[in-house]
Amino acid sequence: MRTDSPDVERLATPPAFQQLGFGRKLKNNSATVVFTAAFGLAVIPLLWVLYTLLERGLAPLLTPTWFTNSFNGLLPTDFGGGVYHALVGTLQQAAVCALVCVPLGVMVGVYLVEYGRDSRLAKTATFMVDILSGLPSIVAGLFIYALWITTFGLDRSGFAVALALVLLMLPVVVRVTETMLLIVPDELREASYALGVPKWKTIVKIVLPTALSGILTGIMLGLARIMGETAPLLILVGYSSAINFNLFQGEQASLPLTIFMERSTGTAAGEARMWGAALTLVLLIMLINLLATLLSKVFAVKTK
Amino acid sequence: MVRTGDRVFQSLATGSGAFVVALIAAIGLFLLIRAVPSLQVNQVSFLFSREWDTSDIDNLSFGILDLAWITVASSLVALAIAMPLSAAVALYLTQYAPAALARPFAYVVDLLAAVPSVVYGLWGVYVLAPVLNPVASWINANLGWIPIFGDGNAPADSGANVFTAGIVLAVMILPIITGVTREVFQRTPSAQIEGAQALGATRWEVIRTTVWPFGRNGFVGGSMLGLGRALGETVALAVILSGASAPPEYSIFDVGATFASKIALSAAEFNHNLQVGAYIAAGLVLFVITFVVNALARWIESRSGKGEE
Repeated sequence: MRTDSPDVERLATPPAFQQLGFGRKLKNNSATVVFTAAFGLAVIPLLWVLYTLLERGLAPLLTPTWFTNSFNGLLPTDFGGGVYHALVGTLQQAAVCALVCVPLGVMVGVYLVEYGRDSRLAKTATFMVDILSGLPSIVAGLFIYALWITTFGLDRSGFAVALALVLLMLPVVVRVTETMLLIVPDELREASYALGVPKWKTIVKIVLPTALSGILTGIMLGLARIMGETAPLLILVGYSSAINFNLFQGEQASLPLTIFMERSTGTAAGEARMWGAALTLVLLIMLINLLATLLSKVFAVKTK
Repeated sequence: MVRTGDRVFQSLATGSGAFVVALIAAIGLFLLIRAVPSLQVNQVSFLFSREWDTSDIDNLSFGILDLAWITVASSLVALAIAMPLSAAVALYLTQYAPAALARPFAYVVDLLAAVPSVVYGLWGVYVLAPVLNPVASWINANLGWIPIFGDGNAPADSGANVFTAGIVLAVMILPIITGVTREVFQRTPSAQIEGAQALGATRWEVIRTTVWPFGRNGFVGGSMLGLGRALGETVALAVILSGASAPPEYSIFDVGATFASKIALSAAEFNHNLQVGAYIAAGLVLFVITFVVNALARWIESRSGKGEE
């Protein structure tokens, strides 16, 4: 008795999956269309925002006084003036923030990779860095307010702002340092130890320089992020349209605060200044992003 | 042999790690210490009152019900728009975009996150809101029988309402959700994808049977991260939603203040510790909510990439 079925002898018909039914084809094609359209849709707001900024902010930006003057003494209806006062504040606050944040953040990263590894403190610290990166900027501002102004009894100032910005920049620096240190090959460390170099010197002279380009890029990106923050500024420092170089005393403008405050004038001149400051801020952030890309190329580790 | 240099450096590093942990604890603690005295003299229920009047220090009355409604409503509108869009964008970037362009395209989406929120606020109020007005009026007129689309405390075509704010927030959280989701989708084991292809699956069927089940948890985690961001967003909402007069009507055409925007816009009132305490209490609620949402997001995310099992 034959046990094999007769169609063994027949030539194989083309398998079913070579003939796509209309339904499956339709579903597949519509999915392609939907996903491609979604990407297009996501890009629209970016282009739209940039177009709006150029359309409304370019005219004030191109006036000769824009980068050399402040808005001091201008009536709400007066056109003209410039954002020099705001640039001073933004750059000073960002610089002080970086001064505190970079050593601290890098050391936390060093701890997580070189010392902590799987210890309980390292796990807790990683979790806390995650929480910090999701901390609303207004809460960071409130905390500094509760600490600096209510508890220590100090005045609102640009320095208080810089402290709040530290909280927002810290997770960026820690995360990038951690990622970069993790990709430094262990052979480098071992070679250094074998030569009798102490661990701390190995980290400072071998490990950190190897990871330098990535860390620098991360720092720049963190700076770009905090420069646009507005919420802590609203409660931690007063706005002044005059130039103030003193971080510790008096009101100090910065670009985001200027944008917010010029909006409240409600005049055509104020609106022009507002859009001009907004375009300046976005240009500054783009410039720093660009610098970050350049830095990472210049300092890139030469592998082999 | 332990050298002095090593000991110093190690203590510095460990100390920095411990400092970060202490920092979060300090944030919660300081906010709590500053909030308690005001909560003790509060004349109305903190959680369930809709009143917010801190002008009279001897008669402080502050409740967060309305703040919570505006905060949650605008964040949910944002999520409803951003979640499907982000999933679709992440699928496009990982499964469809030409290999040479996938990276630059992803970079363009990331650029959305580089725009400061105050700029999004301006764009929302001056540019987007007028465009949305006909849409808002149409929704209000035709779907108004559903309570959340009904009349709010401002005309539907006034532009500055939860509806506009939600759309702007959606743009702001899109890069976060897309970024996380894209990374998880990329880690789909190629053996699974190739297996599905070998069985004759179309591209869409490959996504449905391998990429999506594998990355679903990551997508949910990423969306939670986006939610955390939306809940805490301050300035864009302060610009778009300010100018409330009447209490909200629980519609997406409401104007009002979120936890964050209320605090930011009230800085001029920060004169007395008890007054400030009321806002700090609101900030503490926001801190606790975003803490929980972020912790949950990380937890879900850490389980991602394991698929069905």
